[in-house]
Amino acid sequence: MNKTAINYYVDERGYFGDFGGAYIPEMLYPNVEELRQNYLSIINDPAFQQEFRELLKDYVGRETPLFHAKRLSAHYGTTIYLKREDLNHTGAHKVNNTIGQILLAEKLGKKRIIAETGAGQHGVATATVCALRGLECVVYMGEIDIKRQAPNVARMKMLGAKVVPATSGSKTLKDATNEAMRDWINNPVDTHYIIGSVVGPHPYPDMVARFQSVISAEIKKQLKEKTGSELPDYVMACVGGGSNAMGTFYHFLEDESVQLIAAEAAGLGVDSGKSAATTILGQEGVLHGSRSILMQTEDGQVVEPHSISAGLDYPGIGPQHAHLFKTGRGKYVAVTDDEAMQAAHLLTRLEGIIPAIESSHALAYLEKMTFRGDEKLVVCLSGRGDKDLQTYMDYFNL
Amino acid sequence: MNNRLIELFKNKNKDLLSVYFTAGYPQLTDTLVIAKALEEAGADFLEIGFPYSDPVADGPTIQHSSHVALENGMSLKVLFKQLENLRRQISVPIILMGYVNPVLQYGVEKFCADAARVGVDGVIVPDLPMYEYEELYREHFENNNLSNIFLITPQSSDERIRKIDELSSGFIYALSSSSTTGNKLAVEASQTEKYFERLKSLKLNNPLMIGFGINDKNSFQKACSSANGAIIGSAFVKTLSSKVEGAKIKQFVASIIE
Ligand SMILES: Cc1ncc(COP(=O)(O)O)c(C=O)c1O
Repeated sequence: MNKTAINYYVDERGYFGDFGGAYIPEMLYPNVEELRQNYLSIINDPAFQQEFRELLKDYVGRETPLFHAKRLSAHYGTTIYLKREDLNHTGAHKVNNTIGQILLAEKLGKKRIIAETGAGQHGVATATVCALRGLECVVYMGEIDIKRQAPNVARMKMLGAKVVPATSGSKTLKDATNEAMRDWINNPVDTHYIIGSVVGPHPYPDMVARFQSVISAEIKKQLKEKTGSELPDYVMACVGGGSNAMGTFYHFLEDESVQLIAAEAAGLGVDSGKSAATTILGQEGVLHGSRSILMQTEDGQVVEPHSISAGLDYPGIGPQHAHLFKTGRGKYVAVTDDEAMQAAHLLTRLEGIIPAIESSHALAYLEKMTFRGDEKLVVCLSGRGDKDLQTYMDYFNL
Repeated sequence: MNNRLIELFKNKNKDLLSVYFTAGYPQLTDTLVIAKALEEAGADFLEIGFPYSDPVADGPTIQHSSHVALENGMSLKVLFKQLENLRRQISVPIILMGYVNPVLQYGVEKFCADAARVGVDGVIVPDLPMYEYEELYREHFENNNLSNIFLITPQSSDERIRKIDELSSGFIYALSSSSTTGNKLAVEASQTEKYFERLKSLKLNNPLMIGFGINDKNSFQKACSSANGAIIGSAFVKTLSSKVEGAKIKQFVASIIE
């Protein structure tokens, strides 16, 4: 295959290579179709763009810094920049997407917002924009995640959202997503579903990637200012469903000299039976409305994942990631719970930044790389660690 | 071999009762026991659900039956084995219903061939997109004389319903409201009436069966007054306790149709 001929973006049928599409029951079709027909014209409308940019600037606090982490760089003997998505209002990249989708929901005339959440960051980001715009908000969250991300549950409640526990299956992100889809089926007219990652039926993966692409747009501009070139050697991010990674990769997809590294959660180890390393353990299939790669049995039943980080505890990846993986454009690597925790500790002590456990998975891969010394790396620090303090306290006996 | 479903609708076009249950629930080997009891009780045809780990279109009852069936070891392989002798025991039309991922992993072509071989007449895969059916799988269904049944809701456009009518054989599965399975109908009667009038005015080629939320004689009869029949799922599955009793199944069906 001629490498330059590969299209890494969505095609007119809603696919990324072999992946994507809209595998949904008829009950979801009218809403998804309404979105499909309107999302590009709404997003590309200059008035929408202006409002989106203004909110990102004045409300979210963008642009986020590109921080030259000098002590971390010295530790590894190379040059590392951190894209500080943790400094966004609400503490993670998730809000880039919820701002975009709430504006879009308003344009579609929706009155009620639903969302799923794993770590609670997307739930908080959704509850936040609902408070900002005065819309009703219901967030589905796995029962286990409600326990391990208690501060975010409290934040959502304070913001006026109703938090509904998902009690089926593994009681984590996958099950919360199922419940949100069921809610949408049962509320077919007035409700918009703000999916929190680049997953779900077309047009969600493409739409969420577009909203998150502000991350790589800023990286290019900032890197050019700092180094004279907008292209680093590596961009790195963690992957749950893959939205911060897709935002980080988006404007580099056709710059083939830039290596894209995506860190999946290996949990207790890829062979432990308690893992969420989708590209290693998964096969092609359909989950949550799109054809992608997912962890499943021979019989097509979805396998329950495990990760210490609630945001990566998901048995699939977005279809665009499946495409980047299959074409070899992206390198997908697995990072264990312990490796991520050590990386969180290291960053905290070297740079005074407590990262989210999710983001620490991307940082942890630095340990496994070898450097000449003159590389430039950008790591997406997708979120801050406030929500994870209890997990850190338990793990490090603080 | 004729398609039993199409034959059935030729011979009977009103008050048809179809009952859904999940294969392998409550016990792994109950599949044919339940089917037999339902046929004897007077159900016109049956929908056998093959379970999936993430049934997004289902409410709590079928989520539960699917979960238990999977724990019991149900899979498409096991189901087709159980159905080997189907046609020695049961003569009513049989439809398999489930989600697309298990079918994809099994192989769509092989799935259609095995379904036809054991005597299945139709398939409902709610999350199989229409375009994909048309482009990739239609030939496998048609080569095996299997009906592919599509769902419609009050929010489905006329244009889309016409397209579904064109692609359907057997019947069209009309939801009286957009809903997961087992929900009480919360829509206003006038809304539902408008929808059924719209369906009538479309003069569809295929018969209509109404499903989701039908749970007793009253809702069954109401549905039958606007369509060729109705489908009961969750309300039946709910009556199944750990030990299947033919008498109780007969009693349930009688409470609907008598
Ligand atoms: C801080 C942070 N990073 C990453 C993720 C994973 O999501 P995604 O892969 O969509 O970026 C989450 C999800 O909750 C998160 O909170």
